Amino acid sequence: MDYVVAFMAGGGICALAQLAMDVGKLPQLHVMSLLVAVGVILGISGIYDRIVAFAGAGATLPLSGFGYFLTKGILSQKELDGWLTIGAAMFQFTGAILSFAIVLSFFTALICKPKG
Amino acid sequence: MSLKTNYRQAVKAFQPAPPYFFNSVKAFVVGGLLCALAEWLAKWYSSFFSISAISAQQLAVMTMMFFAIVLTGAGKYDDFSQFAGAGATMLMTGLANALASAAIEHRSEGWTAGIASQMFKSGGAAIVYGIVAAYLLGLFYYIVS
Amino acid sequence: MKLVGKQTWVFEHGIYIQEAGTAVGPLEAEGPLRDSFDIVHDDLYCGEKTWELAERRLMQEAIQICLEKARLSFADIDLFLAGDLLNQNVTANYVAREIPVPFLCMFGACSTSMQTIAAAAAFIDGGFARSVLAATSSHNATAERQFRYPTELGIQKPKTATFTVTGAGAVVLGRKPGRWRIAAATIGKVVDAGMTNPLDMGSAMAPAAASTIEQHFNDLGISPSDYDLIVTGDLSRVGSVIVRQLLAESGYDVTNNYNDCGLMIYNPDQKIFAGGSGCACCAVVTYGHLLKEMERGAFRKIFVVATGALLSQTMVQQKQSIPAIAHGVVIEAAKEE
Repeated sequence: MDYVVAFMAGGGICALAQLAMDVGKLPQLHVMSLLVAVGVILGISGIYDRIVAFAGAGATLPLSGFGYFLTKGILSQKELDGWLTIGAAMFQFTGAILSFAIVLSFFTALICKPKG
Repeated sequence: MSLKTNYRQAVKAFQPAPPYFFNSVKAFVVGGLLCALAEWLAKWYSSFFSISAISAQQLAVMTMMFFAIVLTGAGKYDDFSQFAGAGATMLMTGLANALASAAIEHRSEGWTAGIASQMFKSGGAAIVYGIVAAYLLGLFYYIVS
Repeated sequence: MKLVGKQTWVFEHGIYIQEAGTAVGPLEAEGPLRDSFDIVHDDLYCGEKTWELAERRLMQEAIQICLEKARLSFADIDLFLAGDLLNQNVTANYVAREIPVPFLCMFGACSTSMQTIAAAAAFIDGGFARSVLAATSSHNATAERQFRYPTELGIQKPKTATFTVTGAGAVVLGRKPGRWRIAAATIGKVVDAGMTNPLDMGSAMAPAAASTIEQHFNDLGISPSDYDLIVTGDLSRVGSVIVRQLLAESGYDVTNNYNDCGLMIYNPDQKIFAGGSGCACCAVVTYGHLLKEMERGAFRKIFVVATGALLSQTMVQQKQSIPAIAHGVVIEAAKEE
């Protein structure tokens, strides 16, 4: 059942993004940014937490999940000690993901040539 | 309405429209399947390593990104995206592909000026908007709470 | 007077294409015109380390095979005209570095092939050169990374997108009577129809092509039926229909003798969206396929209109529309002495 919910949620987000590109005529990179921003807005208001509890990876794997992870870091601080902690806290969960992607991309680029 | 008098409007009749329905179905099915796979990974990580749900989700996302970067290196992810559209590009795997593809493309300009400097060329936008939005809303949350 | 009407140059004193040479990449070789090309590469890198070097290699090979076929050396060439799509015309300039001949670099985006031929014919007719070498090239990957996105980035392209042809073409023009005569050329004006989508170049270029073709008929007082074939450079599936409609609205019927190089170079089942584009599209189809067809007697007189979208990524990002230009050249089959 969890897999069906993840499938429906993830597929639904992707289908909406596809419609934004096809019908809304928005460029792909804009839709990607938009999706992350939507994740941030839903994340900081606590709504996305409930979606994740329900849909699991169906909500964390789409790009809106990246926005969710950013705000999750801020929200999970026991006590926000000034604006400095905000900058640090948003990387609590995303730091691992981003640095992993950057390091792996770097080494992939050393090994692989573009295939065209 | 003739092309001569109002080209910008009349030309639209000659431009083939994207297959709205078919594209959305493909995005739904492929994106959904990838999410279900990630959910399976997360469940497995969570029970096998006995870690928290959020760490398992993180690991699942990173695993999917790993496969996306490997496929990008093999030159297959662009074909996959052409087929699946948003089902491939609007996931974290799409972000991984954006970073890796730009890095690979610019390897011909060297390690520093090429790979390192150009890596965020297309994926950077999503990351920047995420951080800016989280920072602003985080400040707002801090002031309110 | 060599200028007839507003924009058409007529060459009455016999200017001939001496020989032509072409080199193409793997996808073009899978197309229906494979046997028309002189050099065919199985590898998109053409044995080089980067895409840009691969494109340079293609142009060098096209020039080399062209001169070999014409039994000429660089010492016989008075002027070299070339251009390509890349910033600062790097392919043409770096190829010219190795060629000890006076060089003029030309940029007309994908219209460069006919632009160089028209200019070469004018230089010869004016007595400024006896024989001129004209070359142009494009490469799918160099164009993608410069004008659009990294080649491995997953972007879902629409059906209107065109696929840049990987290849290069070169011709030598001179006074010595040969198999193909350059009869006239119509130099186009820059036309901007207000299109802004770089993934739909056909719509952006069609008005420029129509403008040049109409002007050509007006200047010479002739009609489409005077040609066995009117062929545009790279309007693809979208633009070729538009240009036919535009011409029909002006009262020119080209239903029976019109084609587009972008539609001829690939098989319809290849994954090339709306068709081929790029400098090399018009160049390799014309220099490779069409000249051989004329030699075979399939066509006697053709009008080749190379279309170019004067695209710049910076200008597109600043929300500017895409200007376009088209240059036409009339090629006649001539009997060899």
